[in-house]
Amino acid sequence: MGGSNMTIHLKIWRQEGPEAEGRFETYTLDQVNEHMSFLEMLDVLNEQLVTEGKLPVEFDYDCREGICGSCNMVINGKAHGPKRLTAVCQLHMRNYSDGDTIVIEPARAAAFPVIRDLVVDRSAFDRIIEAGGYVSVKTGSAPEANTLPVDQFNANKAFDYATCIGCGACVAACPNSSASLFTGAKIAHLNKLPQGQPERKNRVLAMVEQMEKEGFGDCSNFAECEAVCPVGISISAIAEMRRDYMKAMFDDN
Amino acid sequence: MKLDSKVPSGPLESKWEKHLNEINLLAPNNKRKHHVLVVGTGLAGASAAASLAELGYNVTSFCIQDSARRAHSIAAQGGINAAKNYPNDGDTIRRLFNDTIKGGDYRSREANVYRLAQVSNEIIDQAVAQGVPFAREYSGLLDNRSFGGAQVSRTFYARGQTGQQLLLGAYQAMMRMIHAGKIDYQPRKEMLDLVVVDGKARGIITRDLVSGKIERWSGDAVVLCTGGYGNVFYLSTNAKNSNVTAAWRCHKRGAAFANPCYVQIHPTCIPVSGDYQSKLTLMSESLRNDGRVWVPKKKGDERNPNDIPEEERYYYLEERYPSFGNLVPRDVASRNAKMVTDDGMGIGPTGRAVYLDFRDAIDRDGKEAIKAKYGNLFDMYENITGDNPYEQPMRIFPAVHYTMGGLWVDYNLMSNIPGLFVAGEANFSDHGANRLGASALMQGLADGYFVIPYTIGDYIAGNDLAAVSTDDEAFGEAADASAKQLDKLLNVKGDRSVIDFHRELGKIMWDKVGIARNREGLEQAIEEIRSLREEFWKNVRVPGEAGYYNKYLEFAHRVADYFELAELMALDALQRNESCGCHLRDEYQTEDGEAVRNDEEFSFVAAWEYKGLNGKLEAELHKEDLEFEFVELKQRSYK
Ligand SMILES: Cc1cc2nc3c(=O)[nH]c(=O)nc-3n(C[C@H](O)[C@H](O)[C@H](O)COP(=O)(O)OP(=O)(O)OC[C@H]3O[C@@H](n4cnc5c(N)ncnc54)[C@H](O)[C@@H]3O)c2cc1C
Ligand code: FES
Repeated sequence: MGGSNMTIHLKIWRQEGPEAEGRFETYTLDQVNEHMSFLEMLDVLNEQLVTEGKLPVEFDYDCREGICGSCNMVINGKAHGPKRLTAVCQLHMRNYSDGDTIVIEPARAAAFPVIRDLVVDRSAFDRIIEAGGYVSVKTGSAPEANTLPVDQFNANKAFDYATCIGCGACVAACPNSSASLFTGAKIAHLNKLPQGQPERKNRVLAMVEQMEKEGFGDCSNFAECEAVCPVGISISAIAEMRRDYMKAMFDDN
Repeated sequence: MKLDSKVPSGPLESKWEKHLNEINLLAPNNKRKHHVLVVGTGLAGASAAASLAELGYNVTSFCIQDSARRAHSIAAQGGINAAKNYPNDGDTIRRLFNDTIKGGDYRSREANVYRLAQVSNEIIDQAVAQGVPFAREYSGLLDNRSFGGAQVSRTFYARGQTGQQLLLGAYQAMMRMIHAGKIDYQPRKEMLDLVVVDGKARGIITRDLVSGKIERWSGDAVVLCTGGYGNVFYLSTNAKNSNVTAAWRCHKRGAAFANPCYVQIHPTCIPVSGDYQSKLTLMSESLRNDGRVWVPKKKGDERNPNDIPEEERYYYLEERYPSFGNLVPRDVASRNAKMVTDDGMGIGPTGRAVYLDFRDAIDRDGKEAIKAKYGNLFDMYENITGDNPYEQPMRIFPAVHYTMGGLWVDYNLMSNIPGLFVAGEANFSDHGANRLGASALMQGLADGYFVIPYTIGDYIAGNDLAAVSTDDEAFGEAADASAKQLDKLLNVKGDRSVIDFHRELGKIMWDKVGIARNREGLEQAIEEIRSLREEFWKNVRVPGEAGYYNKYLEFAHRVADYFELAELMALDALQRNESCGCHLRDEYQTEDGEAVRNDEEFSFVAAWEYKGLNGKLEAELHKEDLEFEFVELKQRSYK
């Protein structure tokens, strides 16, 4: 317990459904403890709203540990807020000061329609993985695990890409609403491993095609995605994806 | 109620193979005619859905989150066990079995645990083939580390994100089968009821969490993979959407609930910081490989921990358990943390914390080496607490983490309702009264990849399953009941919020049905739960309506179920007049606080039958006797 309390002003996007017109509403909280997480601060707001007979602000969350990728919102113009390498559920109020005004919006993108308030529909991400983001190995048919060594360097690289939590901050931050970092991360993860090689070509073609079909924009190297990614996925993933895509397009054996 | 464990006869080593040789098979063209509903997409659900679809079944997969990949399993940190014996330190399937049975304090079924150890190695093969980036040595071969309750290194890991990587592997396998048209994928759907037709599980009722629509689904079998119920304590390490609703509603439809009082309290979590706290964060058990647990010997010592000299530190685990030291099993570590803090040696503003110190490990191996092993956990700690664990010892305290109890299942992982299978944390099957670290991931994947796919075939082949329509009366009745309950919650229109009720329920549970329990406390808990439940139904305030995304409404009906489960947990803890594993009854312990089992009277699985709710919960206890043919029951000792 302990820690100092502050007053925080909030401007939050409220929208009743995908078709409804949204608007900002303002609220003030005057007992915000610096040790609270950002989402706990919103819990406190919601408790207050419910007591007043109003509708709480809807937002997605689950693990509150920065790993499930459920949470995603744009805070003062930045996906996941001010702290680098930190998902909003891991952000703490000690990053704010007494009297601050915080503007909270959903992660907007044409491919992420708003469901309600700050909740958006990210099912397009599932469909990109569905298009080819896997190794086609059936249960039971795997060889003994140590028959295929993977040098530590590539194993680590693969891990760095595999750690994507699929939150969609990259899309929200991109001026073009591109999903290239998300898609590239999965492609690069599997590319770094021998297990990923047999399907390498088809995977990149299918996933990139799906990404376009979902209405995500192109990548013009703004690198805003890398800057907001809560787990630090490098934009080298995008380069990897492009290289493979070009190769796959022109290589028709 | 008849509880037949259906454990095959014969030597332990060959039971599973014998069973596989004897069960009914379904030809591939027949599998295509059958439909299986898989509820949940954690490790158990995703692996089951993918494997069943690969075999040819038509599968419908449900989860609460907006994507299957976000299931609670994603948060598992430390690792997954397997008896590969890569480090050449003498591990065997038998040893993994022994450790798991002993770790569970001899309250699990031998045959199930042995099978778990047997299939453990195949899980690693499967995951590696999917591209799961496990940690590797310089040689490029897989690396292992040690976990609590074992003296061999058998834990495979992917930095501190093993659950994430394993789940993504299973999720991707599932996505592949969606692409193949074999899985109908239904995220953001919450199961509210089980539909039983002619005594068999034939469908479920869900609520679409976006539109609020109540929907009916029929199938030939239902596989429940809906996780554990640790959130009954309000604060736990579980994800916020983890719940007991699916399992509890099955219980109310006749499925026995086994060992509800077995709850694992994890020793290394970040302590509570204030009333607003919404969840607790685990610091992986793997940290105990290098971190040393201690408290100041002097009560209320407020010095900076780095200024407290060696001789004034009480390394209580190392002193009390010289052979396992900081790596004693979780229940032992948690109980000892409670003991030293009850004695006034706790640290920090609340006095409800102990130190986990990396000073010596950093001196020994260097900061970089420690960073390479635990970097992300250290970052997480700093992010939450604002303290730097490279410079200050971490503050930790036990928190509710995992529930060993769950729906009763037989050797085939089928509940006592034919056609209702239960996998992963939702069943009671393999961990007895205490689960060892890195064995939940193993169990979830064993169930989903390597057990359910066979045993479902046996059930479907062996039963005449005429098609049922969702227009059947049983579907109508269940759908109406679900809709009515939501209306009822919305129409209480009281003054107190759902969260407020949940928090109070959690406090009762933590204080009286938590780390240590006793008769008086449990009896009080039962009274308090009943009266709070009554107040809940008179005074809860649930905002909004049922016809759209409404998280408060979701939480309201989950909390309503927790109120009922809570009473059953207390009843179960009360009937178990012994201490075993995580269930410590103050009345049954040695002088220095070790659990004292009573094998004569309590070597059984407590399987509860729901009999109704009328102010109080009516429940009948059935006992499945545990027979130990292959291990000798011993008082556990980690000294
Ligand atoms: C922080 C943390 C760290 C852990 N670390 C480890 C570790 O290192 N090693 C280890 O072995 N174990 C670990 N565990 C335990 C382990 O993660 C879990 O026991 C395991 O992942 C449970 O998997 P599951 O598939 O049974 O269920 P879950 O992963 O909990 O999945 C449940 C699924 O069911 C769905 N669901 C639930 N209710 C409903 C409903 N009513 N309707 C529809 N869908 C529903 C959910 O949406 C979800 O998809 C850890 C646990 C925690 C909390
Ligand atoms: S809630 Fe899981 S990442 Fe934020």
